[in-house]
Amino acid sequence: MRKFKEYIIEKLILASGLASIFFVIVIFLFLLKEGLAVFKIVTPANFLFGKNWYPISEPPQLGIFPLILGSLLVTLGAAIISVPIGIACAVYIAEVAPVRTKEILKASIELLAAIPSVVLGFIGMVTLVPWVKSIFKLPTGLTALSGSIMLAFMAMPTIVSIAEDALYSVPRSHKEGALALGATHWQTIYRVLLPAASSGILAAVMLGIGRVIGETMAVMMITGNAALMPHSFLQPVRTLTATIAAEMGEAVVGSEHYFALFAIGIVLFVISFAINITADLFLHRKR
Amino acid sequence: MDEVVKMKAENVNFFYGKTQALKDISLDIHAHSVTAIIGPSGCGKSTFIRLLNRMNDLIPHTQLIGRVYLDCQDVFSHAADPVELRRRVGMVFQKPNPFPKSIFENIAYGLHVNNIKDKDFVETRVIESLKKAALWEEVRHRLHESALKLSGGQQQRLCIARCLAVSPEVILFDEPCASLDPISTAKIEELILELKKEYTIVIVTHNMQQAARVADYTAFFLLGELIEFNKTQELFTAPKDKKTEAYITGRFG
Repeated sequence: MRKFKEYIIEKLILASGLASIFFVIVIFLFLLKEGLAVFKIVTPANFLFGKNWYPISEPPQLGIFPLILGSLLVTLGAAIISVPIGIACAVYIAEVAPVRTKEILKASIELLAAIPSVVLGFIGMVTLVPWVKSIFKLPTGLTALSGSIMLAFMAMPTIVSIAEDALYSVPRSHKEGALALGATHWQTIYRVLLPAASSGILAAVMLGIGRVIGETMAVMMITGNAALMPHSFLQPVRTLTATIAAEMGEAVVGSEHYFALFAIGIVLFVISFAINITADLFLHRKR
Repeated sequence: MDEVVKMKAENVNFFYGKTQALKDISLDIHAHSVTAIIGPSGCGKSTFIRLLNRMNDLIPHTQLIGRVYLDCQDVFSHAADPVELRRRVGMVFQKPNPFPKSIFENIAYGLHVNNIKDKDFVETRVIESLKKAALWEEVRHRLHESALKLSGGQQQRLCIARCLAVSPEVILFDEPCASLDPISTAKIEELILELKKEYTIVIVTHNMQQAARVADYTAFFLLGELIEFNKTQELFTAPKDKKTEAYITGRFG
């Protein structure tokens, strides 16, 4: 009887494990089935590197290069802002802050992660966008820069908490060894702790970037959504995610437009997958 | 053996929160000699040695009452700089703790943090330190391999070389052989006897034979108190305190 119970429980756990893998595979297959149909109309090269995205003109022009660049530009901007601040914040929490400050900071960063992206987007729209507009004297504040700043806020909690864990898991003996040699606190952080935690910190950065590139709502609200080739941070851009979210509702099921949106989904899937794999590699490199 | 007092603890009391770990310890550490601190676990010997280079500063909620002097200067005074102190008073830890870098970089690290950048000088000093730590012959052809590939005993000698490279005046050994086999232990002991010619050495050990073999002076700690402090020979052959006698004859601890 007891054996039978064990057996049932084991199989149930196995089934739940398999289910998650099964769903991922089914989702991917569905994406492929719907998305690959677009390549009957455009070649993969024209799809990826075409400069015009006019999905409902006749005939439709389905080049997603401006969208890819839009996503990359916004992500790059967000990374430039959030990575240094995030790592510095992690160092402060892990190494410098007194116990009370540390607790308060950690709690507030977790709180930042809990804000729904649509709320962040909304706040960005009414505060950040007018600032960007008046500071740079632009016709509109809905730009890649605004999106980057907003997304930096969303990447920060991931980067800070994972980088802080990485710093925290550096053995205390490393730190003591450095200090015993007469290293200052900063020399210890810079020359011993950061290098020893580097793989974890890189993983933190990759996961933060992964979060940014998949983000939809906030970018849709504040990047202006113009599917044009971006030339600078001060222009409206449109990202891959925002395109799908904005257009899926109006695309006719079975049309070229509909297939193209699924193909964008495949591109996003591949990008996120690559980023997660890279992050995993970094995490597991640390013995 | 030298009668000059290099470091001096004067009425030292130390607290972790409300727990008193050291009770009114006064102890002279003589220059160019080996001073061993023995006692059962939890007697405060590690706490004491970590005061000598202010390593306990890292632990929150601790309190010190009393004074510690290095060459007659109070190392806990407001003017004293713990970084400067640690450059003069080096430390080798219980578990070998090489940095996850190459053998060469491990030893050069201490020079880099002291802003010594001259490449030739660094190289000479690295080789010199490895020779002094009796490790040179074993690693001369693999200076740029990871230090983590060395055996435990070699890693500990590397940590000693790393410490020597910054030319300290005093070297603190906190149970340096606790995680080593007897052969590595013998090598480290031999090394300590060699090093005392140039440096002042303090060693914490729970191994009484080790204290008897290497130390000129021995202090016996029990429950945070200094029970007896004397020349090693006298402490082991004619202990003045009953508790010391009980401990060294193996009746407890």
